[in-house]
Amino acid sequence: MSLDIEKLRGLFPILHQEVHGKPLIYLDNAATTQKPQSVIDAISDYYEKDNANIHRGAHALADRSTNYFESTREAVRAFINARESAEIILTKGTTESINLVAATFGRKFIGAGDEIIISTLEHHSNIVPWQMLCEEKGAVLKIIPINDQGELIFEEFVKLTSERTKFVSVVHASNALGTINPVKEIISHAHKVGAKVLLDGAQSTSHLDIDVQDLDCDFLAFSAHKLYGPTGLGILYGKREVLESMPPYQGGGEMIKEVSFEGTTFNDIPFKFEAGTPNIGDVIAFKKALEFIQELGKGAIKAHEDELLRYAVEKLSDIKGFIPVGVAKDKVSVLSFSIQGMHPFDVGVMLDAKGIAVRTGHHCTQPLMKRLGLEGTVRASFAVYNTKAEIDALAEAVQKIARIKNK
Amino acid sequence: MRDIKEVQEEIISEFEILGDDKESTIFYIMELGAGLDDFPEEQKIDEHIIKGCQSKVWLTASEKEGKIQYQADSNTDITKGLISLLIRVLSDRKPAEIAYADLYFIDKIGMGSIIGSQRSNGLASMIKQMKLYALAFDAKLNAGI
Repeated sequence: MSLDIEKLRGLFPILHQEVHGKPLIYLDNAATTQKPQSVIDAISDYYEKDNANIHRGAHALADRSTNYFESTREAVRAFINARESAEIILTKGTTESINLVAATFGRKFIGAGDEIIISTLEHHSNIVPWQMLCEEKGAVLKIIPINDQGELIFEEFVKLTSERTKFVSVVHASNALGTINPVKEIISHAHKVGAKVLLDGAQSTSHLDIDVQDLDCDFLAFSAHKLYGPTGLGILYGKREVLESMPPYQGGGEMIKEVSFEGTTFNDIPFKFEAGTPNIGDVIAFKKALEFIQELGKGAIKAHEDELLRYAVEKLSDIKGFIPVGVAKDKVSVLSFSIQGMHPFDVGVMLDAKGIAVRTGHHCTQPLMKRLGLEGTVRASFAVYNTKAEIDALAEAVQKIARIKNK
Repeated sequence: MRDIKEVQEEIISEFEILGDDKESTIFYIMELGAGLDDFPEEQKIDEHIIKGCQSKVWLTASEKEGKIQYQADSNTDITKGLISLLIRVLSDRKPAEIAYADLYFIDKIGMGSIIGSQRSNGLASMIKQMKLYALAFDAKLNAGI
């Protein structure tokens, strides 16, 4: 079913504004997506009507807040098809979710000489926590290489695995290039050598159907703000048996069962990992974002975004000096590129002058840029509310900019 | 020679002509950068790179007859244009004059909105480095070295 994009754009108040005197064309969706009115309203509704701390209060507002909060947890469970909502931990974002796993599972189960595998495509958030863990424990970090198309080389991953492999943490879809990794095969192979697997779903969850039971991943980390939801909120999915085997992350608040000065017993999952007062209003509002996505349907969203990407590649490829970066066969709607003879920053600032918002630079994937021999790229990333007319404007602007150095 | 204030006023007038049109302003800045003297490749070493800039900026300073000459380059055309403005205001002046210069033109031409707040930090680093060079030369000259 095709979507009525104009109607859908009406749900996003931020899109209807001018920047530098030009209509805003927002193509930085891999960094963060814009929020529909329903999400914005839910945040103000919460503070206008329901604000109370959750789980402990013996009054109506606390009861309401708790119910709304927990109903988001249930909505997330359904969104990724987890077995139970206790497997859904609410964090500050993808980065915190990954750090939580490294700091708890990692500290308990990874030892000297053990190996952790990540890929060349990783964002810094899925590199640094593992580097820190390896340094602390004397473990070894192994990196899956990529080919020149920007695709992970599965055969090389297989070669890296052995009985020493204890953990594999890979990105589902690359933020810098859009490459979708063969994660089901990666998970299946990692399990054969007894390793646990974390998927960084920051870029995949808004585009692809995610079924954690079908994927059989041990962990999945993602952020609400890339899913049309609020910032400062993330999800960590973990299999019950794995979460239960892990020590707590931070101490205090909801994570305790009983505290005495002699010792403390910890709460059950998911609360064991949710110390302190959470971001209640934003958690509640996130349910509206999930409803927005569910109503449109991931299939329809992906079809529209794929069409935008195909159209953008076609339009921009004709431009002299245009160099696509990352041409994997299987991609989410990310178009990374360079202009011959130009620094990405200059291109980004010139596009901004035309009201077009893109990302430029290394996209927090410096090792990947080093592998590609680039300082950075210009990245246009599309969401469901983008249109072909916006891509026409992008192509026209890029053509004009490229002419400066590519006459 | 015109003083620092006069050169700043001249730049402010040039940018006023461009008005609020960001596109023309950027093209103008890039043109200014293209007019900068060639920077020797062998001088593009780590110790000449200014910390705090997201793009690469190389800056050197030399002293001639009690005045400081700056040379700079960048791997981005826009940043190069910005440095050319700083060089136009500060180069070929006495160290003390540079060290205590009030560079109000940057705010007046709306540089923050042209290059974004993160890049403004880079610009501040460039100014700081230029002033540090000036202070160092001032100390040397005063000590008769």
